[in-house]
Amino acid sequence: MSDSTRTMSKSGSFLPKVNGSAIVMGMYLLFLLLPIYWLLVMSLKTNTEILNAFTLWPRDLTFDNYLTILTDSSWYMGYVNSMIYVVLNMLISLAVALPAAYAFSRYTFLGDKHLFFWLLTNRMAPPAVFALPFFQLYSSIGLFDTHIAVALAHALFNVPLAVWILEGFMRGVPKEIDETAYIDGYSFPRFFVRIFTPLVASGIGVTAFFLFMFSWVELLLSRTLTSVNAKPIAATMTRTVGADGIDWGVLAAAGVLTILPGALVIYFVRNYIAKGFALGRV
Amino acid sequence: MNKTVNQKAWFLILPVLLLVAFSAVIPLMTVVNYSVQDTFGNNMFFWAGLEWFETMMASERMWDALGRQIAFSTIILLIEIPLGVFVALNMPKKGFWASLCLVLMSLPLLIPWNVVGTIWQVFGRVDIGLLGYTLNAIGIDYNYTQDFYAAWITVIVMDVWHWTSLVALLAYAGLQSIPDAYYQAAKIDQASRISVFRFIELPKIMGVLMIAILLRFMDSFMIYTEPFVVTGGGPGNSTTFLSIDLVKMALGQFDLGPAAAFSIMYYLVILLVSYVFYTVMTNLDKRDGH
Repeated sequence: MSDSTRTMSKSGSFLPKVNGSAIVMGMYLLFLLLPIYWLLVMSLKTNTEILNAFTLWPRDLTFDNYLTILTDSSWYMGYVNSMIYVVLNMLISLAVALPAAYAFSRYTFLGDKHLFFWLLTNRMAPPAVFALPFFQLYSSIGLFDTHIAVALAHALFNVPLAVWILEGFMRGVPKEIDETAYIDGYSFPRFFVRIFTPLVASGIGVTAFFLFMFSWVELLLSRTLTSVNAKPIAATMTRTVGADGIDWGVLAAAGVLTILPGALVIYFVRNYIAKGFALGRV
Repeated sequence: MNKTVNQKAWFLILPVLLLVAFSAVIPLMTVVNYSVQDTFGNNMFFWAGLEWFETMMASERMWDALGRQIAFSTIILLIEIPLGVFVALNMPKKGFWASLCLVLMSLPLLIPWNVVGTIWQVFGRVDIGLLGYTLNAIGIDYNYTQDFYAAWITVIVMDVWHWTSLVALLAYAGLQSIPDAYYQAAKIDQASRISVFRFIELPKIMGVLMIAILLRFMDSFMIYTEPFVVTGGGPGNSTTFLSIDLVKMALGQFDLGPAAAFSIMYYLVILLVSYVFYTVMTNLDKRDGH
């Protein structure tokens, strides 16, 4: 039946529309990629060429800008620091969000709806509001300029998001599975780890993707909470502004290198992206 | 799904509660604390009551920033939501091209926000940017560091570039879930393309679209890094949105009292609007029988 529809739509009125769609998508993708292309091209030019000649592609191709970054520890440690707190944040957020999402998806209890909204309100809190109090809080307990401070601060908006996404996925798992497992004599922790977690594995993957995304792209909090030891790459980039102007080539190269981890992550989850972006609610 | 009543479920929520209480309630109380006190330095605080709130309510600076913020959020929602749905409708349904589109479209979403700012900064510059250089070469006077309209257009186009894909991907996920039978029925009824969209596709993607609107509203209302990198809030104050103004006040000038009062009112506005969206969203969820 679905086969017949497909042939129908292919041979019928759909053909001209496919071309139209291709044009629309082509233009949209061009719009998306053009600025990125410009950054990439700039990172492969010398500063003289960037400033003095307007060229659409590098005339004398150079990798010096990348070499500057990859050989200077104050540069590449920025990437390492960012990675450390992003991973820490993913682990913390998932560890606390999994049981909570299970509770929200399976049980009703006193104040559950209010609690859920209260959690979400933390996703809505502007980081600008929290920047100064966070700085004081983490300074006073001696966590200033550590990776864990940034990871905890990012948990503010990532934990509610994780609970929200996971709850959507867990609702899709029939409750009979829980009941059968309990009848078979599984204790709750054992059931949760051995049976339930594998069932929502794709949901966990999607959640991890979103946690990575929002922790990786955030700057305001991670910059406020660090000075040297845990300084993220995004904050390191401001270094390119020196006494003799901006080092455009290195700035562009650093920018390109921050896009790479995201691109890698996207490549790995490409088959789940569509469902993932609907947060399990389709 | 019908849920069972179980008060012990609170124990499962406990870790989240402790963590969020630590990273949200303590800082928030600090803000509340500052908002009702005044200081002469040296950590000497005294009670100021609602003075700061009154100051802020009378402050033209805050109302201007709020006006700019509302204008910005409204404009980008009006552009990004329809454009995102339009792009989703035109995306390939399956196969290599669908994967390619998904990967390329997600790319801007995973770029750190200050790099997004940097990308548009170098893209739009008159001397070294492709966009700025080309526009000026064909005779359009464009300079986002000096001209009010150019700055606004740059910031808006940047946000559209950055976030339209999120709306498109959400809408795409919604469209993917519509069974073929619906389209067949529409074909038998000889429904036009517009009525297929109006009566089949739109109702089906309404749920995810609400998520998109909620996320886009919240994030655009909190926007800080991208416009800060590109325009620094200028020219003049023309792109100083609420967060930029707040950070200037709190971390730049260290006006703790007014900044704290500002923070609280800012947060309350976001909460109020988000509550409305959230209520609409959960009602839609219920109607769909989720």
